Amino acid sequence: MQQTELTAKDFASDQEVRWCPGCGDYAILKTIQKTLPALGRRRERQVFISGIGCSSRFPYYMNTYGFHTIHGRAPAIATGVKLANPELDVWVVTGDGDGFSIGGNHMMHLLRRNVDLQVLVFNNEIYGLTKGQYSPTSRLGTRSPSSPRGSIDPPLSPCAIALGAGGSFVARSIDTHAAHLSSVVRAGHSHKGAAFMEILQNCPIYNDGVFESVKNRSTAPDFRLEVEHGKPLVFGSNRDKAIRLDRSSLSLEVVPADSGDVLVHDEGNQVLAQLLAAMGGPGFPIAIGVLYRSEQPSFDASFASRKGHSLPGNLAALLRSGNTWIVD
Amino acid sequence: MKLIEGKLDEHHLDEREVVDVVVRFAGDSGDGMQLTGANFTLATALHGNDLSTFPDFPAEIRAPVGATFGVSAFQIHFGSEDVTTAGDMLDVLVAMNPAALQVNLANVVAGGLLIVDRGAFSAKNLAKAGYAANPLEDGSLAGYRVLDLDISAQTLAAVAPFELGHKASLRCKNMWTLGLVMWLFDRDRAATISNLRKKFASQREIAEANIAALNAGHAFGETAELPVGIHVYRVPKAKSEPGLYRNITGTQALAWGILAGSELAGIDVFFASYPITPASNLLHELTGRSDFRIATFQAEDEIAAVCAAIGASFAGSLGVTSSAGPGIALKSEGISLAIATELPLLVIDTQRGGPSTGLPTKTEQSDLHMALFGRHGDTPMPVVAPATPPECFDIAREAVRLAIRYMTPVMLLSDGYLANAAERWKIPDVEEFEPDPVTFAEDPSDFRPSNRDPRSLARVWARPGTPGLEHRIGGLERSHDTGDISYDPANHQKMTDLRLAKVAGIADDIPLQQVDLGNNSGKLAVVGWGSTHGAIHQGVKRARLEGLDASHIHVRHLCPLPRNLGELLGAFDSILVAEMNVGQFAGVLRCEFLLEVESLSKVSGQPFRIGEIIAAIRARCEAVEAA
Repeated sequence: MQQTELTAKDFASDQEVRWCPGCGDYAILKTIQKTLPALGRRRERQVFISGIGCSSRFPYYMNTYGFHTIHGRAPAIATGVKLANPELDVWVVTGDGDGFSIGGNHMMHLLRRNVDLQVLVFNNEIYGLTKGQYSPTSRLGTRSPSSPRGSIDPPLSPCAIALGAGGSFVARSIDTHAAHLSSVVRAGHSHKGAAFMEILQNCPIYNDGVFESVKNRSTAPDFRLEVEHGKPLVFGSNRDKAIRLDRSSLSLEVVPADSGDVLVHDEGNQVLAQLLAAMGGPGFPIAIGVLYRSEQPSFDASFASRKGHSLPGNLAALLRSGNTWIVD
Repeated sequence: MKLIEGKLDEHHLDEREVVDVVVRFAGDSGDGMQLTGANFTLATALHGNDLSTFPDFPAEIRAPVGATFGVSAFQIHFGSEDVTTAGDMLDVLVAMNPAALQVNLANVVAGGLLIVDRGAFSAKNLAKAGYAANPLEDGSLAGYRVLDLDISAQTLAAVAPFELGHKASLRCKNMWTLGLVMWLFDRDRAATISNLRKKFASQREIAEANIAALNAGHAFGETAELPVGIHVYRVPKAKSEPGLYRNITGTQALAWGILAGSELAGIDVFFASYPITPASNLLHELTGRSDFRIATFQAEDEIAAVCAAIGASFAGSLGVTSSAGPGIALKSEGISLAIATELPLLVIDTQRGGPSTGLPTKTEQSDLHMALFGRHGDTPMPVVAPATPPECFDIAREAVRLAIRYMTPVMLLSDGYLANAAERWKIPDVEEFEPDPVTFAEDPSDFRPSNRDPRSLARVWARPGTPGLEHRIGGLERSHDTGDISYDPANHQKMTDLRLAKVAGIADDIPLQQVDLGNNSGKLAVVGWGSTHGAIHQGVKRARLEGLDASHIHVRHLCPLPRNLGELLGAFDSILVAEMNVGQFAGVLRCEFLLEVESLSKVSGQPFRIGEIIAAIRARCEAVEAA
């Protein structure tokens, strides 16, 4: 089957998309459908595996192979898929609750093993499908049906966790920032190993505007820093602000762009990636782009090298191996 | 009914030729009793006896030296007639320390032989074992044949030329003891010598020291003047069908059965598991079998193990996962996903004493209800249970066949006894197995993921990577006709009915229930499933020799049940189910067939004794007669 000229349409299934009007998931779906043809891979080799939650409905809308599984377990199921058939291009679609609350353990092990697949985390900082409870990434004090006086547990940072778990590719992007998201996804896809991509995603129903400052055209330049390998960490509407390392406290600081010692982004520097992943809060921008990338052996490659070396084994010989005796 | 302590009245060691013997090697967990037992077993098999073995070890890896809770034992029952249990009472107890004597003496028959290492009966060890006085000196062992030797000193003398040092030299005392027991039963040492050279291939001195100890123990038996009543016993060869034989544990048989199933179906197996006692050995057994179509994956937890297996099944391999009770509980949600999405999956539960951590190294059958019913939603799932260690091979093949043919998870119930026990196995001719090749969908015309085989009702299996068959599956209810998500009320009813009918229909594809021993009708049916087979078989056999009208029915397919089971059971005046739980299968039979069923329950972590079965049969037969 000739598949060289696939378009976004070829990746759209015949199913009616059922997210709420205005949901950031629509933008992500569109970007992924548009990006896939550019990857030049066969459609039948694309497999989308999801857990449970709004984001996890994603596979139903892709005209590829797909598996909508159980809450939190998509990384484990995807690992089985990839190990059973390394030829497949496996995508995990998950959310902040699915991937970092109920499924946190699997996420950690997927990343440390470095299974060659793509992980898309739709982070909207809320449980949407269960009607708006606070999630493990909800900001402190988030008011929700299960935290009417404000949440009291501090949030985690998916990218920081991914780095801590030994992730070999860690990136962040934004649902509606299509060009940026597409470039991050392409970079993730070309990475041999687990490509972890956090996508900041707006939930218009239960957590509307939570990423407004980084999404709004007028405020975004001052609130987000698009990192690029080899380029100085400069941001601001007039490109007048920059990030520098305060050596006395080993922390980042915002300084005028013309100050000396402005940090230059280095994708291979895990310490810098940790600082950028955790960066945020008053006066600081949020870093987006490929925060970290390093070439490491992928688990599926090591796994494949261990199996099937001396095929075919002989069953009859196996049953007769060791001590046997004949009764006449 | 009440479990009656029914001891068999047998004194095996009064004659020079005996029909069968039970020997138990017991010592500290570090004393090498399992290795000793394994070598004695091999020698016994090569000698031509039928046999059954049961290793019985503590949950602690290395308990404090001399402690009663740290006693590790290996029991072997061997003889010239069919041997199907590891034995009720011990004819010979080898006790390497006071603790081993303390915990096992009550199980030794009157007049049985005790072989004890006097060298280990120090004041300290006696105190640890709870002895106020030394039993070797206070006359309390007067009812037994006692061979109390300073095995420690004998071993040290035998291995002195190797200059291993005191500690390493003492480690050879299990081989000295083995040598003595081999003399006692006229076993050949050649296989053990070859095993020792293999095991210690890189430590030549250790190998030779152990061999020297083995030979010295044997020579001691030949030359020493032993007390009256202790001499070489002859156990004639068992009459067996001609063929090639080997010993096999349940775990080994399960592993090989999975490999055989994979060959017959022509499919890759993906085995994902998380370490848990007593199931881990299956992972060990299969890992490194890379010459077959199997890959093993040690997952981060039980849930990940079942999920990775499901992922592999989605991708076109057969996913297999294995655990014990607590781990199977964790897999429950995943199993339901495989039922909903109709993917093949083999789940192996090596049952242990529960609930919770319970008795990790002891055997029980208390996961039956979990296997049958322990999931959310209406989630029928085939359940099978092998009855003996060798049968694990056949039942594993059968489970693989059912999973693939019906696109369903299948639960295989093993237990701690089956997993570790070994029996003789007549090696089957693999050429005689009928291949049942898997078929994957390839043709895009009219393809829907909901397409199914009209006879088996199995859903089509379309592997990712197949052009034109791109489709989505998931845990949401799917339309019967298209496979798309459907919340339609009538469709959910239809799909629920279909899932039920698919599993129920398997009853047409499994053998009718046979009577294992006895008649198709009569006074009493003794019903069992799983590892209780051996004890029930012997109990019924002896009861019939006493003239009691009892028959043995052993069920391998627990869901669906064989088509004729209800009718068969109905032909008996009385039904007794013996199982190692509080009556779970008895309850299933009552519920399924509305029959009166009596339950004989045992949950001590130990297998049934023949004596317990026979006592129950006598009581039941009396009750039926009185009625």
